Amino acid sequence: MTAISVRGLRKAYGPLEAVRGVDFDIEEGEVFGLLGPNGAGKTTTVEILEGYRRRDAGDVSVLGHDPERPGRDFRERIGVVLQQAQLWPTLTVRETHAVFAGYYKKPRDVDEVVELVGLADKRDARVKTLSGGQKRRLDLGVALVGDPDLVFLDEPTTGFDPAARRAAWEMIRSLRALGKTVLLTTHYLDEAEQLADRVAVLREGQIVRIGTPRELTTGDNEVEVRYHRNGEEVVVRTAEPTRFLHELTSEALARGEELERLEVRRPTLEDVYLALVDEADE
Amino acid sequence: MKLYLHQVKTEQLVYWRSREAAVFTFIFPLLLFVLLGSVYSGHIYGVPASQALLAALLGYGCAMVAFAGLAITLVLRREQAILKRLRATPLPPVTYVAALLSSTLVVFALETVALFLLGRAVFGTPFPARVGSVALLVVLGSLCFAAMGVGLSGLIRSGEGSSAVVNLIVLPMAFLTGAFGPTHHYPRFLRAVGDVLPLKYLVDLSNAVYLHKHSFWSQGTAIGVLLAWGAAGVVVAFFKFRWEPREA
Repeated sequence: MTAISVRGLRKAYGPLEAVRGVDFDIEEGEVFGLLGPNGAGKTTTVEILEGYRRRDAGDVSVLGHDPERPGRDFRERIGVVLQQAQLWPTLTVRETHAVFAGYYKKPRDVDEVVELVGLADKRDARVKTLSGGQKRRLDLGVALVGDPDLVFLDEPTTGFDPAARRAAWEMIRSLRALGKTVLLTTHYLDEAEQLADRVAVLREGQIVRIGTPRELTTGDNEVEVRYHRNGEEVVVRTAEPTRFLHELTSEALARGEELERLEVRRPTLEDVYLALVDEADE
Repeated sequence: MKLYLHQVKTEQLVYWRSREAAVFTFIFPLLLFVLLGSVYSGHIYGVPASQALLAALLGYGCAMVAFAGLAITLVLRREQAILKRLRATPLPPVTYVAALLSSTLVVFALETVALFLLGRAVFGTPFPARVGSVALLVVLGSLCFAAMGVGLSGLIRSGEGSSAVVNLIVLPMAFLTGAFGPTHHYPRFLRAVGDVLPLKYLVDLSNAVYLHKHSFWSQGTAIGVLLAWGAAGVVVAFFKFRWEPREA
């Protein structure tokens, strides 16, 4: 079953075209990553799907609903973590979860969710006393307490230290284990690579590449060959690595030389990503 | 209905838990009543000064709780994206607004009870003769001032500026309209300004109902002007109220 279907989505703010014709589908139970630099249109896309913004053009279906007419049933089934939202600073962690649980017909057990997001030892702490990472976990807990089928996570780890990021990643992985569909935006490549089943790279409001993290890197056969000659590093990119290496090594053997520090490397997702988002500047 | 009651409970919890807001809007009018009551003596409008001050500060309490408090709360919640976050839940906006207004009404009703109890205990002021009329005043006052508070929140851009802007409106308004004591010795010009402000009519209504024991329904002018101001608040709210932070 398809959880989200997007066709020809467009949105402009005045003269600025934030989203310029985006298509993708997200299957139920899939963790889908929207990856791109700041200003690529990630948040605009997600906020259209969440029902916050109207689109200028295109067809959008989220859990069978048009998010421009978000009914009660739609709201019951989605969970939202916004990029920068605060909650009431003077309520406790448990109270905050209980407030949100009260909005849903079939909420999850409050204490169970507090536990799930790793705030059990903070359950009676006021929200204002939490660290940045703990506040984000509270956001996530509040998004999960209604037991949604689909969870939107807009840059869930921006501003985290490495330990907090790993903890957040574990939690997002646990969402997959619960069978939730997750739409995640991030500008961290390793985050998309670690968490997403499929990734769409967004640049200037358009999808420039879409696929599994593995497909993105193996889309072409180009490899990078590095070695040292006379103390200087030589870097060659080639789409025909077999032939190139054969010629290079034959030549070296013929001359009785050893190729110093020979290295053959596939491009990482980072190389692919940077190449994709850099094209704009060239 | 269940959602509505849940949200009224939530609003009450949030209000009383945030001490600063509760002190500022709830305690301040009570404190002012005690202070002013201690310095004014003799009679005002032919009644003991403490009674006249009680009636006046009832108006001020409404302006603080329903207008100032609500406007500041809404601006902060908007800028902190709490309102935006709530929009993604199944809580309908209409239910949210209804619960917010009801919660404001509850706070102002408690404020009214506290004023009468305090007046009785400290100055020996009598309880109101017309309890029903006072109750109607509480409902009308909190609804009209809350409507203006929601409207005002739509006009304030930043969270930091909200309490300054609100005080800049509420304090002079209270001074000019008799909410801090009688204005008959003010220059004509200042009284003319006060005459167009909504708080003047709430104080008038309070004087009529509490001091002169008139029926609420006999005060057509005051009710009409308050309703007109409340309607203006609704109109401004309709066009200016935002659920999402104003991004610079």
